[in-house]
Amino acid sequence: MRIVVLLKYVPDIASDRRFAEGRVVRDPAEGSLNELDENAVEAALRLVEALPDAEREASEVVAVTVAPETADITLRKAYQMGVHRGVRVTDDALAGSDYFGTAAALAAAVRRLEAEAPVDLVVTGMAALDGLGSVVPALVAEALGRPQLTLAKSVALEGRTLTVTRESDDAVETLAAPLPAVLSVTDAANSPRYPNFKLIMAARTKAVETWTAADLGLDPAAVGAAGARSVVVDSAPRPPRGETELVVDKGEGGKALADFLIRNDLV
Amino acid sequence: MTRPTALVLLDGPVSDATEVRSSVLELVTIARSLGRVDVVTLEAPSLEVLAVLGAHGVEGVHQAQLPSSLPADARHLTSVVAAVLVAAVRRTDADVLLAPSGFSAKEAAAVAAARLGAGLVTDAAAVSWDAEPGGALRATKRVFAGSWDVTSTVATDPAVVTVRANAVVAETAATPTHPEVEALPIDVEAPAVTVVAREPKPRTTGRPTLEEAAVVVAGGRGTNGDFGPVEDLADALGAAVGATRDAVFEGWFDRYVGQTGVTVAPRVYIGAGISGAPHHRGGMQASQVVVAVNNDPEAPIFEISDFAVVGDLADVLPQAAEAIRAHRARGAQQ
Ligand SMILES: Cc1cc2nc3c(=O)[nH]c(=O)nc-3n(C[C@H](O)[C@H](O)[C@H](O)COP(=O)(O)OP(=O)(O)OC[C@H]3O[C@@H](n4cnc5c(N)ncnc54)[C@H](O)[C@@H]3O)c2cc1C
Ligand SMILES: Nc1ncnc2c1ncn2[C@@H]1O[C@H](COP(=O)(O)O)[C@@H](O)[C@H]1O
Repeated sequence: MRIVVLLKYVPDIASDRRFAEGRVVRDPAEGSLNELDENAVEAALRLVEALPDAEREASEVVAVTVAPETADITLRKAYQMGVHRGVRVTDDALAGSDYFGTAAALAAAVRRLEAEAPVDLVVTGMAALDGLGSVVPALVAEALGRPQLTLAKSVALEGRTLTVTRESDDAVETLAAPLPAVLSVTDAANSPRYPNFKLIMAARTKAVETWTAADLGLDPAAVGAAGARSVVVDSAPRPPRGETELVVDKGEGGKALADFLIRNDLV
Repeated sequence: MTRPTALVLLDGPVSDATEVRSSVLELVTIARSLGRVDVVTLEAPSLEVLAVLGAHGVEGVHQAQLPSSLPADARHLTSVVAAVLVAAVRRTDADVLLAPSGFSAKEAAAVAAARLGAGLVTDAAAVSWDAEPGGALRATKRVFAGSWDVTSTVATDPAVVTVRANAVVAETAATPTHPEVEALPIDVEAPAVTVVAREPKPRTTGRPTLEEAAVVVAGGRGTNGDFGPVEDLADALGAAVGATRDAVFEGWFDRYVGQTGVTVAPRVYIGAGISGAPHHRGGMQASQVVVAVNNDPEAPIFEISDFAVVGDLADVLPQAAEAIRAHRARGAQQ
């Protein structure tokens, strides 16, 4: 079994996240692996670990990120969890990609891996915490022409059939699809493992492969800022909220709360 | 230039035959500011639904006719909804496609945009023409837990935008219309995904849905498992009830607000027994007014609150609910 996990490099949500010149500032000191992608790594590793010995030994989990040079921390973290191989796709031509450019680059990376040996499954997180789009998994599936099982709360593989349960906006569903497929998992699907000492040590010296847009046969006019179908024209921090009106409850706190709502015409 | 057309997805099932979701009417209101409004639906609209759409100025209603070979449950799959959106855009020659910002609608809108070669903005809070009608579209959204506003332009025709609930207040049209339903034949291949089971979630009767509500009362770990006071205050205010992920994982409630849960941006958000962790804030910080009740004066949620009570929610919420009920009763008498 060969699984590709897609990992995004994002500014830490506790850091001072900001825009400059229409792009998210990706300060290396604040960059981290999108937390929700740890669930994707965990899901991939568990699927492999559940296989019979011989199949498990022959399996490979490859992590792929489309990101700037400073993003190796994402792949390092994946190695610590037990991922076998990491690829970073970096190219100036990819900077400023929109959802479609990103999905095109990710799909091209999967195809390149596919040229070596079949890729049975692509696993992603449910959302990138910088943009909260939750659309890249569906777009990668579309670009690869593979079925998509997104936002899985639980995942089961039987033979070549992948079954997930998910909660959509208005229903609880069980969906199934044959491999090869694209899977996205929610943060409820599993608890990501803590890396053990052996893997942490091994991850230090593990190499990261780097690919360019040309390596993937991407048309530079179709990706990055050149191919983007939407452009950020304005970005500004919102003014901070005003002072907090703080009341300490001495028996009248509930009334004060109601009064605040009434006085501001919010009831 | 000719008047542009904006197509709106009538998302999923309407709550009952006579009602159109408020989030859809908000989309229609935005669409009207952009041009002629058409809607596309996967379900047969009732006469009442058509009347509501007419009052809001919808000029065309396109009802997807899916192949009879397609299993009924498969109509909700992303690939099928995307095929419907693409067919409707082509039929109406729409310049803009507007969809809600729920997970399913976003995926379908994205796949449709991919097939149409269209640009996409997700979770927009405002949409307008950039310079001239039918030119580039301008969409503004709030990002980084409500701390930044970002405006993008989409130059493709059509442009695809998903809009978050409560972005505008729905308004009826100055000139009502009398839309008729037109059949929209859809040609889709059998999806590779099988729907093994599908259980629609019961819609909480009497309470608005969390995504759409103008007022949200949410409870966290501080409820200690008793959501009674939270629900009581919500009902006094006609609000939706939400929770934190921790409270949901404990099994105390079923839906949570936050980056991995539901993103809300109501007029008023009231958080009780909630610390205000970054993941939770990411899903509510765009709310207009934030109120918090917490017995810890150092609770981080106070930093982003307009009004805060340091106290035990089990005392504060019932008293507030009582006072609001009394206020409402006074209003009703006058
Ligand atoms: C990848 C990831 C994604 C996540 N996504 C989300 C998300 O989308 N949404 C979300 O909510 N969380 C999410 N979380 C969890 C989040 O990080 C916090 O753990 C969670 O929001 C905390 O919930 P809480 O405020 O209910 O609990 P706590 O942080 O334990 O806070 C409880 C609060 O209640 C107060 N309190 C206690 N007793 C009382 C009382 N009697 N009266 C008044 N106040 C009282 C305490 O002072 C405290 O401030 C996510 C976590 C991860 C790792
Ligand atoms: N640049 C990227 N590189 C690798 N994976 C990505 C990238 N962007 C998005 N993804 C994957 O797609 C998921 C959803 O991202 P998004 O649709 O941007 O919210 C993430 O959790 C990642 O698994």
